[in-house]
Amino acid sequence: MSSLRQLKPEEPWQAPEGEPIIRIENVSKRFGELYAVDGISLDIHSGEFFSLLGPSGCGKTTLLRMLAGFELPTEGKIYIDGQDVTNVPPYERPVNMMFQSYALFPHMSVADNIAFGLKQEGMAKARRQERVREMLSLVQIDKLASRKPHQLSGGQRQRVALARALAKHPKILLLDEPLGALDKKLREQTQFELVNIQERLGITFIIVTHDQEEAMTMSSRIALLRDGRVEQVDPPRRLYEYPSSRYAADFIGSINLIDGHVLSQEENRVVIRSEEAGGDLEVIHSQPLLAGTPVTLAVRPEKVRLESGDAQLANRVSGVIKEIAYLGDVSIYHVELATGKRIQFTQSNVQALAEQPLNWEDEVVLGWPANSCGVLTQ
Amino acid sequence: MKGLPLSPTRGRGLIIGVPWFWLGLFFLLPFLFVLKISLSEPVLAQPPYLDLIREVEDGLVSISLNFGNYLLLWEDPLYRSALFGSLKISAISTLFCLLLGYPMAYAIARAPSHWRLPLLMLIILPFWTSFLIRVYAWIGILKGNGLLNNFLIWSGLIDQPLEILHTPLAVYIGIVYSYLPFVVLPLYATLVRLDLTLLEAAADLGCRPWKQFLTITLPLSLPGVIAGGMLVFIPVVGEFVIPDLLGGPDTLMIGKLMWTEFFSNKDWPLASSLAAVLLVVLIIPFVALRHFEQREETI
Repeated sequence: MSSLRQLKPEEPWQAPEGEPIIRIENVSKRFGELYAVDGISLDIHSGEFFSLLGPSGCGKTTLLRMLAGFELPTEGKIYIDGQDVTNVPPYERPVNMMFQSYALFPHMSVADNIAFGLKQEGMAKARRQERVREMLSLVQIDKLASRKPHQLSGGQRQRVALARALAKHPKILLLDEPLGALDKKLREQTQFELVNIQERLGITFIIVTHDQEEAMTMSSRIALLRDGRVEQVDPPRRLYEYPSSRYAADFIGSINLIDGHVLSQEENRVVIRSEEAGGDLEVIHSQPLLAGTPVTLAVRPEKVRLESGDAQLANRVSGVIKEIAYLGDVSIYHVELATGKRIQFTQSNVQALAEQPLNWEDEVVLGWPANSCGVLTQ
Repeated sequence: MKGLPLSPTRGRGLIIGVPWFWLGLFFLLPFLFVLKISLSEPVLAQPPYLDLIREVEDGLVSISLNFGNYLLLWEDPLYRSALFGSLKISAISTLFCLLLGYPMAYAIARAPSHWRLPLLMLIILPFWTSFLIRVYAWIGILKGNGLLNNFLIWSGLIDQPLEILHTPLAVYIGIVYSYLPFVVLPLYATLVRLDLTLLEAAADLGCRPWKQFLTITLPLSLPGVIAGGMLVFIPVVGEFVIPDLLGGPDTLMIGKLMWTEFFSNKDWPLASSLAAVLLVVLIIPFVALRHFEQREETI
């Protein structure tokens, strides 16, 4: 997992006096009997690259469509720039959207597509052409101005859609799975470009995605959604390192989840007795926990190390390697403990074609420090 | 055929060959007959025209082509005005069919999906009654003491019956009524396929609903407008039954004229040349449209 953006000292969501550019207040959307969005409240600040992340059917697209004005909330209020826009039609909202299907007008040229929103504003022709040129060069498709959408590749269409949505210089850009239709290589390249454009223009981006890697790479903050509710809202690093629930831990990256119950807590050092691990485990946790509370210990595979003898690792388990997956840069090992529980750990492949240090059915001792794992109570 | 695999090209040739064969046998060949008759001399005989190629004396063959009919069509103002009259009636009827049919097709395409089929059935339902009977029914509605006049007098809007039957208005009513389904169906087919996210995209960019219709829906439904318009315009130019039953003596349409030449005047060559001219007149806009479409695609 990597983040494309520098960690900035100022984090607008931390400042209590900062007025959010978007305030979603207890918004619900019901389709028939089903709640697609179920009481979501979120504050999004100016200049953020905010991701709505979740599996399909979690309500992320419905929430985005309510921000654009295509759906009206069943309950709750939406404020943009301090103004109540809950019932304002889409054509009067200061937001623009980039559609998942791009929704380019097939009967208009690329330039006409980009100029469409400006025409609605009544912008003079000369200024309009100037702005279209500016947008074309922003997304690097200067030569395609007179083409029709059906004469473009998927990647080029995606750029036209972005240029069209940015042409009116909106304060907020909504992006519905903007990279979903691109192949992996192009997607990675476009991620960088999106972040660059967002930082250059200073526009607030709200992006819907089901791809956790995409959300991790680009976002300033991620809202993880589940069944129409917000599970956790945090910057990518925090979401990865300190997931607040089993669901969040499992959704982002891979993780080992070991069930047990609290045995004791001294200051912030918690001892967990786990039948699955076949022993006691230690973890640093600041919140007080009652002895006997059922908890789950969560540790990422890259934090689990091979016990080399001298290292002081608070937690140790031993088992037999059952599976090895070679991914090129790293290998993933599945180790079966005596209790039958499987623990994953990864190792970087530092040397090319080095003799494989670990093999199937090798007995290994694994360990991890108490401060690189977490406790989940839900 | 046994043991002989059907190659893809032969398979394709076979499939394309069937409609070609059909068109050749039932369209091209009869048209060539008509063309041949149009170039011959009328006589009082059975059939009432002379063959183009005749054996005059033993072994001597004479070929005579008579372009007189075409010359007559050009010179006699009757035929010209009948042709232009037909084109005018056809154009106006097509326009009204489109004006009435577009909102109908639009409403059906936007109706909840479980309503669409029943609504389409209502459009198609009149086809289950004979065309002729439906046109006759209009006589009952439009005549002096017909349904329409009785209703208008009863409601106090008029006190003398309106004279509608046997006027051009009656012909327009009959044509628009009869041909309306032919514009509704193709228009529905294009409107129901329209990607509604395009309208959302337009709204998102600040376009109001009425302008969305003008800038997105209407241009993208033009193929349906053209297909529906053609389906009305072309058959109406040659329409015979409706002007004959509902129109008056002054409603001059080429279909009626052709009927008169063919059956009353027994002038087969003249009637045939009328048919040939009509076909050419109708083919020109088609070819122009094809040309225009192909240019559009290559741009």
